[in-house]
Amino acid sequence: MTIRVGVPAKGRLSGDSLNWLRSKGLEFSEPASGRRYSASATGTVSAELVFLPAGEIPGEIRRGNLMFGITGADLVHEQQPDWRQRMEIQAELGFGHAKLMMAVPRFWIDVDSVHDLDDVAVGLRARHGRGLRIATKYHSLVREFLKGIDLTDYRLVDSQGATEGTVANNMAEAIADLVSTGATLAANGLKTLSDGTVFESQAIFVRSREATADAADLPGLEEMRNWRG
Amino acid sequence: MPTDQGAAVAGEAERILSYFGSKGAERVEVDILQPAAQLLDLYGEDIRSRAFNTRDSARNEMVLRPDFTVPIASRHMSGVREEARYAYSGPVFRKQEPGSDRACEYLQAGFEYFGAPEPALADAEVFSIFHDLLASRSARVATGDLGILLAAVQGLPISGRRKSALQRHIWRPKRFRRLIGEYSGACAFSERRRELISLAVSGVDLREQVERAGPEVGTRSADEVVDRIRALHSESIEEPLGEREVNGLRDLLRIKGPMPEIPARLRRLSRQLPGLGGAAVRLEERTDALRDCGIDPSALTFEASYGRTTLEYYDGFVFGWFSADGMEPIASGGRYDLINEALGGGRKCPAVGGVVRPAVLASVDGRSA
Repeated sequence: MTIRVGVPAKGRLSGDSLNWLRSKGLEFSEPASGRRYSASATGTVSAELVFLPAGEIPGEIRRGNLMFGITGADLVHEQQPDWRQRMEIQAELGFGHAKLMMAVPRFWIDVDSVHDLDDVAVGLRARHGRGLRIATKYHSLVREFLKGIDLTDYRLVDSQGATEGTVANNMAEAIADLVSTGATLAANGLKTLSDGTVFESQAIFVRSREATADAADLPGLEEMRNWRG
Repeated sequence: MPTDQGAAVAGEAERILSYFGSKGAERVEVDILQPAAQLLDLYGEDIRSRAFNTRDSARNEMVLRPDFTVPIASRHMSGVREEARYAYSGPVFRKQEPGSDRACEYLQAGFEYFGAPEPALADAEVFSIFHDLLASRSARVATGDLGILLAAVQGLPISGRRKSALQRHIWRPKRFRRLIGEYSGACAFSERRRELISLAVSGVDLREQVERAGPEVGTRSADEVVDRIRALHSESIEEPLGEREVNGLRDLLRIKGPMPEIPARLRRLSRQLPGLGGAAVRLEERTDALRDCGIDPSALTFEASYGRTTLEYYDGFVFGWFSADGMEPIASGGRYDLINEALGGGRKCPAVGGVVRPAVLASVDGRSA
C-alpha cells in the first residue's frame, strides 16, 4: 500500500493541482492523455496520484480509499455534511475559485434580495397555483443557506448541468449555480441577487480521517500532514 | 426492533391503542410510503432534509411517512364524514442531523378528532385523553395557543397584504421579527427598494422599464413584476406599525404562567392589540372545558410562544409533555384547522389531535411524580 492522493482528472483544476503538488516537491510524469488513471510520484514522498472526477474525490476520501485529495470546497460541503468527522481540510490552495450564487431573471426588477423571494413565492402560488422552484446541483448547500434566512416556501429542482437554461425552459423560476464572471447568466437573461452568495469555494487539500497507512508510509504521511497552502 | 426492549415498546403501543379505542376512536392504518408532493406543498423543501425520500420508475417521489397527521387528515378529508375520532400506531421515519443520536425510526401512537362542533370541548377532550395517559408519569406539561398570536395579527391596523405575510410566518420567528421591523419602520428600506418605490410614482411606464431590464423568461410574467412594484409602493405609504403594537406583540410573546391567569393578562394587552379580546374568551372557554374534564387548569403552565418553532403546523391550542429530566418529548399535539383546510382543498373541517412516543413513555418512571 502506498499513500494514495486524489487529483482532479480534467480541466484547469487538474493542471493547477499538479502544479501545486510539484511545488511541494513531488516528481511525476504528467498523464499523457485522459486515458491514464494513476501515476507514481517520487521526491519528498512516494505516493500514487489517482486521477478522478473532482466530484468523486470527497466520497473516496470519506471511505478511506484515498489518504489525501485535492478537490473543490463546494463539493466537500455539498456531499459530506458531516465532513468534519471524516476528513480534515489541511489547506485552501488559492485556485479554483468559484461562487455559488442565487440568480433570477433580469426583468424581475422588483427582486434584489433573497428576502424578496418569499413574497414572489406567494405571488406564484396565487397566479400559477404552484410555488417557487429553484434549479441547482447543490441541494444541501442551497437548503442550508435558505434555512438560515428562514425561507421555506420553495422547491429544489435537480439540475446537473446547463442550469442557466432551466428558467427559460420553464423548469424553474430561479437558480443557484457557480458564477465566475456572470456572462453566462446574462446571456440567459439572469442576474445574481445582491445577498445571494450561497457559498464561496476554492480548491482545497484534504486529509482522510478514515484511511489507514502501512508502517512504511508513516514518514511520508508525516511530511504530507505538514503541507499547508 | 427484535429486542426485549422492542417488544416492551410494541406492548406499550398496543396498550395505548386500546386505551384510545376506549375513548371512542376508530382504529385506522395508513401506508408507510406516502407521496412526497403533498408534504412538499405543505412544508416546503425542508421536508426533503427531514424525511427519507425514495422513488421508483413508475411512481413519483415518495417519502417514508415522517408523521401520521397529514396522511390521516387527508384520508379523512377525502371521505364524506364530518365528525370522526381515529387512533393509529406505527413507525415514523426522520432524518437526523450528522452526529445526532436521535432515532431515525420510532413508534408513534396517536389520536385525532375531526369535525367537532365545539372547539373548546374538543380541545379539552383530546388534552384530557393524553393527560390521563401521562398523569401517573413524572412528566412536565407545557401548553400554548397559536390562535392568540394569529388573532393579535388579525387585529393589527395594517393592510391585508401585511397581515397575511405575518400570518404565514407565525411559525418562523426570525422572518416574523424581520417583517415587524420592516412594518414598523425600524429597519430602513434598502437603497434598491427605495429606488423601486420612487420609480413607481415617477410617471415612467413601469411595463417598459421591466421589459428593458431583460427578456421575459420563465413562469412569472412582466405584469406580475409591475403589480408587485405597485404593491410595494402602496405598502411603503402605509401608516407604520406603532410602538404600542410592537411592544404589545413583544409582551404577548413573553406571557407565561398558570393557565387561569392568562385571559386577564390578554385583556390588559388588548388595549394595544385589539385582536386579543376574542382570544381571551376562547381561552376561558377552553379552561372551563378542561375543568369539566376533571383537570386542574392552575396546574398547567401556559406559554404564549409555545409551539412556534417545534410544532409547526398547529394554529390553535397546543400541548406537550416532556420527561422531567430533559427535553425529550413524550407526547405532543394541538389544533390544526388551517392545514386541514388546505388538505381538504378549501373544505373546512376543524381538527385536533396528538401523538405519544411509546418508547419514551416506557422509559419514564411510572411510579414517582
